[in-house]
Amino acid sequence: MLDKNGIAKRIAKEVKDGYYVNLGIGIPTLVANFIPKGINVVLQSENGLLGMGPFPFEGEEDPDLINAGKQTITTLPGSVFFDSALSFGMIRARKVNLTILGAMEVAENGDIANWKIPGKMVKGMGGAMDLVASAENIIVAMQHVNKAGESKLLPKCTLPLTGIKCVKKIVTELAVLDILPQGGFKLLERAPGVSIDQIKNATAGKLIIEGNIPEMEL
Amino acid sequence: MINKSVKNVDEAIADIKDGMTLMVGGFGLCGIPENLIAALVKKGIKNLTCISNNAGVDDFGLGLLLQHKQIKKMIASYVGENAEFERQLLNGELEVELVPQGTLATRCLASGYGMPAIFTPAGVGTEVAEGKETRKFTFHGVEKEYLLEHAFEADFALVKAWKGDTAGNLVYNQTALNFNHAMAIGGKITIAEVEELVEPGELDPNFIHTPGIFVSRIFQGEKYEKRIEQRTVRKRDI
Repeated sequence: MLDKNGIAKRIAKEVKDGYYVNLGIGIPTLVANFIPKGINVVLQSENGLLGMGPFPFEGEEDPDLINAGKQTITTLPGSVFFDSALSFGMIRARKVNLTILGAMEVAENGDIANWKIPGKMVKGMGGAMDLVASAENIIVAMQHVNKAGESKLLPKCTLPLTGIKCVKKIVTELAVLDILPQGGFKLLERAPGVSIDQIKNATAGKLIIEGNIPEMEL
Repeated sequence: MINKSVKNVDEAIADIKDGMTLMVGGFGLCGIPENLIAALVKKGIKNLTCISNNAGVDDFGLGLLLQHKQIKKMIASYVGENAEFERQLLNGELEVELVPQGTLATRCLASGYGMPAIFTPAGVGTEVAEGKETRKFTFHGVEKEYLLEHAFEADFALVKAWKGDTAGNLVYNQTALNFNHAMAIGGKITIAEVEELVEPGELDPNFIHTPGIFVSRIFQGEKYEKRIEQRTVRKRDI
């Protein structure tokens, strides 16, 4: 079974040379720590920055330089600032190659819910709806089951949707799965030490298992 | 050059009245018009509709207007950092319209581009789409459904820039640019506060973000606090 860093590490293997990548808050942010050495990747922050660098050294924080999570950050050589409207222009026009975000639920047809729980305080969708509606390649980083032990990979989402038929790949603490165009979670890899039965038991939606399912290489 | 400069913040907001709609620039607490917000609090203008990406924190940014119950309706994409906001919302004292962030920015921008509406895929198939017109387009070879979203019409846009000249030309600093440009061009009357107000000719015309034609009034702000919401740092290797 993987911890949060393990999930991030596995997702980092999907990041390819030359990619512009948008990382959501939570586990997706950790992916930046595991991007393979020797490849060139530019991180986009949707408030208006391409080329997001690491956190500043203590004492060097700049209130005018933050990421979409409102954290102080730095730039890198070649970074560029732009206004928020243009930022979503590059997202809608699919110039950003990969979006990695968290989810509360994903359905077997690729629907995603990650912004609202009825009855609880609604904080807002931020940029999530724009990202999932436009991105060509969306990977979801999430726990396979919720705190009550219920599957978050479902036949149909029960929570209000963020976007429809958009998720392509999911990485959880148990497995890597693709969502097929015709629907269904196709099991690709198992996390170290995790059995097929464990994954079956944790997946409420249609699970497709073909042939031998290898263990992840991290 | 046409001189857009006003004496101070009070003169700048003299004709903002109860019940008006304002665009307010900034992302979180980054790049917010601190002086303009403080002046609205002091003047006690009420029943405002505010279009802004966020609603500030309890004791800063738009949170100050919320504290004094001056906001009737908030149009934003994310309002998570504010307990007073939550209290007013749950008590039914505050109306809220949540708008996807890219849609919010583009609806401001469209106004400045003279376009009454946009089509966007954001929110299709979700509750954001309820009651809205949709249309299918084949675009770059892909057929998809899009939502019709109207440009925002605001009585005033309140923005913050780094430098500006008396002709109203604006330059922003780093990610404090955020929503300020789209709102500066999208407001019916745009008021800009700047950290440094200079004479025409001092800014390089090649490097201006917002042309002064979109700006009605400009003044140099005072005592910028520039609060940091999430101070994140890394340790130095020794």
